[in-house]
Amino acid sequence: MMSADTKTMNMIEAINSAMDIMLERDPNTVVMGEDVGYFGGVFRATAGLQKKHGKTRVFDTPINECGIIGVAVGMGAYGLRPVPEIQFADYIYPGLDQLVSEAARLRYRSANDFICPMTVRTPFGGGIFGGQTHSQSPESIMTHICGVKTVIPSNPYDAKGLLIAAIEDNDPVVFLEPKRIYNGPFSGYYDRPVEPWSRHEASAVPEGYYRIDLGKAATVRAGEAVTVLAYGTMVHVAKTVVEERGIDAEILDLRTLLPLDIDAIEASVKKTGRCLIIHEATRTSGFGAELAALVQERCFYHLEAPVERVTGFDTPYPHSLEWAYFPGPVRIATALDKILKD
Amino acid sequence: MPESDSRPASNLPPLSLHIPEPRYRPGDTPDFGDIAVPAVDATPRPSEDTKPDAMRDMCYGLVRVLDFDGVAKGLWDPKLSAERLRAMLRYMMLTRAFDERMFRAQRQGKTSFYMKCTGEEATSVASTMAIDRSDMCFPSYRQQGILITRDYPLIQMMNQIYSNRGDHLLGRQLPIMYSAPEHGFFSVSGNLATQYPQAVGWAMASASKGDTRIATVWCGEGSSAEGDFHSALTFATVYNAPVIFNVVNNQWAISSFSGFAGGERTTFAARAVGYGIAGLRVDGNDPLAVYAATQWAADRARTNNGPTLIEHFTYRSEGHSTSDDPSAYRAADEATAWPFGDPIARLKQHLEVLGEWDDERHQAQARELEDLVKTTQKQSEKLGVLGHGMHQPFETMFEDVFEDMPWHLKEQCDQMLAEQEAKFGPNWKPE
Ligand SMILES: Cc1ncc(C[n+]2csc(CCOP(=O)(O)OP(=O)(O)O)c2C)c(N)n1
Ligand SMILES: [Mg+2]
Repeated sequence: MMSADTKTMNMIEAINSAMDIMLERDPNTVVMGEDVGYFGGVFRATAGLQKKHGKTRVFDTPINECGIIGVAVGMGAYGLRPVPEIQFADYIYPGLDQLVSEAARLRYRSANDFICPMTVRTPFGGGIFGGQTHSQSPESIMTHICGVKTVIPSNPYDAKGLLIAAIEDNDPVVFLEPKRIYNGPFSGYYDRPVEPWSRHEASAVPEGYYRIDLGKAATVRAGEAVTVLAYGTMVHVAKTVVEERGIDAEILDLRTLLPLDIDAIEASVKKTGRCLIIHEATRTSGFGAELAALVQERCFYHLEAPVERVTGFDTPYPHSLEWAYFPGPVRIATALDKILKD
Repeated sequence: MPESDSRPASNLPPLSLHIPEPRYRPGDTPDFGDIAVPAVDATPRPSEDTKPDAMRDMCYGLVRVLDFDGVAKGLWDPKLSAERLRAMLRYMMLTRAFDERMFRAQRQGKTSFYMKCTGEEATSVASTMAIDRSDMCFPSYRQQGILITRDYPLIQMMNQIYSNRGDHLLGRQLPIMYSAPEHGFFSVSGNLATQYPQAVGWAMASASKGDTRIATVWCGEGSSAEGDFHSALTFATVYNAPVIFNVVNNQWAISSFSGFAGGERTTFAARAVGYGIAGLRVDGNDPLAVYAATQWAADRARTNNGPTLIEHFTYRSEGHSTSDDPSAYRAADEATAWPFGDPIARLKQHLEVLGEWDDERHQAQARELEDLVKTTQKQSEKLGVLGHGMHQPFETMFEDVFEDMPWHLKEQCDQMLAEQEAKFGPNWKPE
């Protein structure tokens, strides 16, 4: 399944490589979005792809997110496999009607006459002083739509394998890229030097084709004391905190929020009897609420402490108080202490 | 079924997909010789109550006042006093000096982000001067010239850029996303074109209340592709709203040239035609033309003759923002090759031709404005810069989500304060 040649890649390079390979393998794959063509994207995720695969396969679009997703639905109806980029997840909102009412329901409402094999890639999350319109985490809006798969990678290796699987998937996938960790994993300590991906084992990425099936969580760290459910940037922050404090936690990187790897969650929580859920998104009606409900429904008699959530606060993402907002080490440690109290 | 029915176009060549491509890329020598530059006095000036379909040509021409020798000519000449002209020059120069300084402050690590409007100063300064001080402006992020023209305190702008103690937006917003209601300046959004329908709503409200004030709104040519732009024009024509739509066509939207907003096919002013509203296309680097066109549209709106769409044909001389490097996608010399010159240089020349200005006064004014900006910057920096300490009381993060704070935000606020204490000790206070 894996090709022998690997290369050290950061997350952007891995994402770029996934699209490159799919453009190569499948003549129906097209990549499009604001500034993705000649320039190669404001985060450089599509750098070089237009030059290599041609202007009709990788191209710029008008600044109209509703249009981007809408034409992707039409291209899919023709038989293409569009991979639109929305420049920031914060700008997916103008495209929500096409995503919610059209892309997500096309298969269902036409009883399989039409499908929508698109993958919407979009950078999300804070920690870059982007203010309220370059920092949001809208994953629970996506998981609340019935008919869209939601994927969030946390490292270069997963990003490439998951993106290939998402592009090959015949249903619409929203692929949320944690932009804070594009260039290196993030410990949660904003005042410490940034660590590059090259020092992380998941930066060894096969140059060729491989896929990581959607719907499978990864065990980042095995443990007995508590299960930590996280995804994206927060996987790394969680890992830093449990290691610092010597907690025997089991960290699951969910990777796909929908469809969720419920078996992995159930097995882990039944083993540890405790569960902490971490996300950067706002708390109320966040994906953590769904996870807490599932754990409660399925693992109630194994629980030794109430399920805890560590999340962003229910405010817009502030600019200057970004680090007071971010669910960093103190918030996580406090919750772990509470869960492990008795 | 006869064969001709199943493949009616079988003898035609295959379809092909058109992908727009700008004429010049890095390494090319730009030549804008083929951009039509109509003679200054060639453009007619319809009366302000002209029916939109009787003035469609205006969408394809170019309103000009200043020729390239600095002489004001033709029917559109607003005939401003020397004093007004000097004020206009000063505001444009102040805007540029401010931009230079704040760009540098970002490079020095004092804030996270900045955006200049170099070369486009006329599109906000001159148009603001042509409307009433009480009219409402709905800007995009590149209209700092409005605030400067309305004498908004520079220090307030800087405080916002630094997210410091003096920032009345409490550090919540990305730099340059100002808000200044007393100066008729709506809160800037990061989401493109959202202000377009909002301006129409404001104008509808003003009309429904029998007010005299009108609304003006700006967006870039790239943003005119957004659905909100088209929603706005539809509502404006339906309700004959007293609003001025400005499209600042600076040729680029980050790395995408105007062709990705439809600019290869027609002008942006011509968007007005389909909606049955008045459209004007203006040399955006000619401050007097911008003034004249705006004044025309304001008179029209104020006399219940409805909305106008103005395309300001200009050029983004610098990068999109501090996060951008335009040398990666466009020819280096485009700004200098731009046939319409620089708005500040052109107004300076005009005043000189009138005998109302000279180079010495110009240089002195440039130095004076630089000093003003520098002194103000020092004052602002005393109130803090981004990243060096936290300048807002932490509780402010939870205020203004709602008028009254619900229980869950109160709880979260307490949690956050406890976290800060755990991080920084019990006696710690924000600076
Ligand atoms: C809804 C939305 N989509 C995308 C963006 C990202 N973005 C910010 S500025 C910009 C380019 C806008 O270009 P234009 O409208 O021409 O204005 P200019 O920057 O030239 O003044 C883009 C794509 C955004 N801010 N909001
Ligand atoms: Mg533009």
